[in-house]
Amino acid sequence: MDIQNRKLIKIATAGSVDDGKSTLIGRLLYDTDSLTTDKIEAIERNSKQRGYDYLDFSLATDGLVAEREQGITIDVAHIYFNTAKTNFIVADTPGHVEYTRNMVTGASTSQVAIILIDARKGVIEQTYRHFFIANLLRMSHVVVAINKMDLVDYSEDVFLKIKADFGALVEKSNFSEEQITFIPVSALKGENIARQSKEMPWYVGNTLLDHLEVLEPEDLQESTTARFPVQYVVRPKTEAFHDFRGFSGKLYGNFLKVGDRVSVLPSGNETTVKSIHFFDQKLDSAAPGSSIVITLEDEVDCSRGDMIVKVGEEPRSEKFISATLCQVNAKNLRVGQKYILQHGVNRVLAKVDRIEAKVHADFSGAEESDQLKLNDIGKVQLRLSKPVHFDSYHSNKSNGAFILIDEGSFDTVSVGFIE
Amino acid sequence: MSNLFIPNPKEAESIHILREVAAQFERPVLLFSGGKDSITLVRLAQKAFYPAKIPFPLLHVDTGHNFPETIEFRDQLVAELGLELIVRKVQDSIDQGKVSEEKGRYASRNSLQTTTLLDAIEEFKFDACIGGARRDEEKARAKERVFSVRDDFGQWDEKNQRPELFDMLNGKIQVGQNVRVFPISNWTELDVWEYIRTENIAIPSIYFAHKREVFFRDGLIWTANEHVYREAHEKVIEKWVRFRTVGDMTCTAAVLSEATSLDDVVAEIRESTISERGARIDDKRSEAAMETRKKVGYF
Repeated sequence: MDIQNRKLIKIATAGSVDDGKSTLIGRLLYDTDSLTTDKIEAIERNSKQRGYDYLDFSLATDGLVAEREQGITIDVAHIYFNTAKTNFIVADTPGHVEYTRNMVTGASTSQVAIILIDARKGVIEQTYRHFFIANLLRMSHVVVAINKMDLVDYSEDVFLKIKADFGALVEKSNFSEEQITFIPVSALKGENIARQSKEMPWYVGNTLLDHLEVLEPEDLQESTTARFPVQYVVRPKTEAFHDFRGFSGKLYGNFLKVGDRVSVLPSGNETTVKSIHFFDQKLDSAAPGSSIVITLEDEVDCSRGDMIVKVGEEPRSEKFISATLCQVNAKNLRVGQKYILQHGVNRVLAKVDRIEAKVHADFSGAEESDQLKLNDIGKVQLRLSKPVHFDSYHSNKSNGAFILIDEGSFDTVSVGFIE
Repeated sequence: MSNLFIPNPKEAESIHILREVAAQFERPVLLFSGGKDSITLVRLAQKAFYPAKIPFPLLHVDTGHNFPETIEFRDQLVAELGLELIVRKVQDSIDQGKVSEEKGRYASRNSLQTTTLLDAIEEFKFDACIGGARRDEEKARAKERVFSVRDDFGQWDEKNQRPELFDMLNGKIQVGQNVRVFPISNWTELDVWEYIRTENIAIPSIYFAHKREVFFRDGLIWTANEHVYREAHEKVIEKWVRFRTVGDMTCTAAVLSEATSLDDVVAEIRESTISERGARIDDKRSEAAMETRKKVGYF
C-alpha cells in the first residue's frame, strides 16, 4: 500500500475549550504509532515540567508559542497520520472565540466532522453551534465523540441521555440519522479510541479509529454534474506540440469522457472533448478530483475562469445571487459595499444589495441586521458585474461556494454558500 | 490508452495549486534546495504544465556549505528539463557586510539564507515563491497556509492569516507583499518517499546509505569536513550513513543506515521513530526555534 492506493479521509474536529480535543488527537496519533520518539520524549518532558501524573497528549498538537503560553489552540492546525489502509488529514479547529471562522475553514476542506462533547456537561450551546456549521457546510458524515466517560463512571445512562438530546438537534438539520455516529470515549485513558473499552461493555459499536477506517471516500464524495473550471491554458508552442492548445483544471462532480459533447461558458459554444491528458498519459475518461488537461475538437474561445460542462447539464448563470455568508474577517460587511467575488478560479466584482437577516448559528432562528461582524452568519443578496456559472451549494458543493475579497487589503473576508 | 485512471488526491491538489500560481502571479519562482521535497515539486510542476515547459525559473540560495552531491544533481536536473536556474550566494551577502558569519560550536549559515533570499526576491521582483515545506515537518508549520502572504520584510504574521476555504486560493496582494506557496503542504514525509518511488524520481546520492567520515556530538551524527566546526576530542570515524533532509552540512545530521535503494529507504521511514526534523540541528536551539525564524522571513 502506498500513496497511490491508500485512501484519504479528511476530518475536521470541533469542541469547546476543555472538551479534550487536543488530547483526543494526540491520543489518535499515539495509538496509531504516529508520534516519533523525539515527540513522545518532548511530551513526557513537558508533562513532567507541569507536574502532571499522566501524558498530556494535547502537547502533541498545540503548536505556536502564544498558544502554549495560553494553553489553548488559536487557529486551524493540520495533523497527519496513517494506518495501513488509510491516510488521514485532521483540521484541528479551536472551540473558543473565533470558532465559527476557524471551524468553517477547517470543515470546508474536510468530509467528516468529529464533534466532541464533555460527558459531564452534555449538549451545550457550543454543541449546537458546531453542529450548525457541520450542517451549513453539508459535511458528509458526523461523529459525535462523547468524551471524558471516565469522569462519569462510564455510565450508559449518561451516554444515552446525550444521544437523545443530540437527536433533537438532528431533527432540525438536513442530516439523516445514518450520517451521524455516537461513540463514548475517554481520550485521556484511550477508551474506545483505538482500543475497544472494557469499561463500557454496553457499547458494541466500533472504536473511533475503526469507524473512521471503514468510511469510504467514494461514499463521502457527492456525485453530481461534471464541472470543469479552466485554470490555465497550456500552449507549449514547441515543434512536437505545435498546435496543442489544452485547458488545464481540476474536474469536480462527475466523470468527463473523450467524445462528450460540452458547452464552454460563458460563450455557450458547443464542442466535443477531443482528448484528456494527465502528464504524458492520454486518458479515455477522468474521474472527479483529477487535475487534468483537455483539448476540444473545435477552435472555441476559452480561457481562465471559463467553465466546461456537459451539454444539457448547464449550471445557472446569473448576475444576482442569494447566499448564506459567513464573515471570516474583522472588517464588517455592510449593504452597498463592493468586493471581489472569487467563485472557484473565476473573479468578478460584487456589491452587497441587501442583508436579509443575521442567522443564529444555533438553529434558533434569525434577526434583522444591517451588518455582519466576524463570525456572523447571514443571508445576503449580491449583485455581480458579470454573471457567474454556479449551482446551489445544496446541489453541488464545489460549484456553489465562493469567497469575498476586500478590494483594499485583498484579505478574504467572507465565504458564501449559494442558495 | 488507460481505461481507469484513479487520481491521487494529494498529487491532484498540488497540481491545482501550481496552476493557480502560474495563473495568479506575474513573477513566480520555485525555491530549489536540491532536497527531495523541492525535487518532488519540480516533478509536480512538470505534470501541471505538460506538454508545455514549467513556466517559472528555479532559485537556489547557495549557502556555500551545500553537499557537493546536491549541487551536481541540481545542475544535471536543470539541464535535462531545460529549466532556468538562478543562483544567489550567502557568501555574497557576507562579503557585502549584510550578514555576519556565526562562530563556534554550532556555527551555521542556515539562518543567514533569509537575507540572501529576501534580496533575491527584491532583485527579481518575485511575487510568489514556491517552496517544498510540509505541515507535518514541524509544529509551527502545521498552521501555515498554502498561499502565505508576507510583508515587505518577508515577515509571517501567524495571527493574521487569510483563511483558506475549499480549494479557492486568494493570491491578491498589495505592492511590496509577496506570497510563499506550499503546494505539498498536505504531504507527509512518507508520502513524498512513496511518491518518489512510484514515480521513479532521481534524487541526490546522499539520501542513500554511503560510507562517510563523521563524528558524534549531542547524540547526533555530524559530517566531518572543513565547513563543520569540530573540537579536538571529537573523534572522526567512518560509518554507513544517509541523510533524511538535505540542508547545509553544518546543520544537517546523518542517520546510521544501510538503506541503499528507494525500497530500503521507504521501509526505513515507515519504521523510523525519530522525526525528520529531529536530525535538523537548527530546530534544536529551542522549542520554538522554527516559529521564531519564520516570523523574520525564514522559509
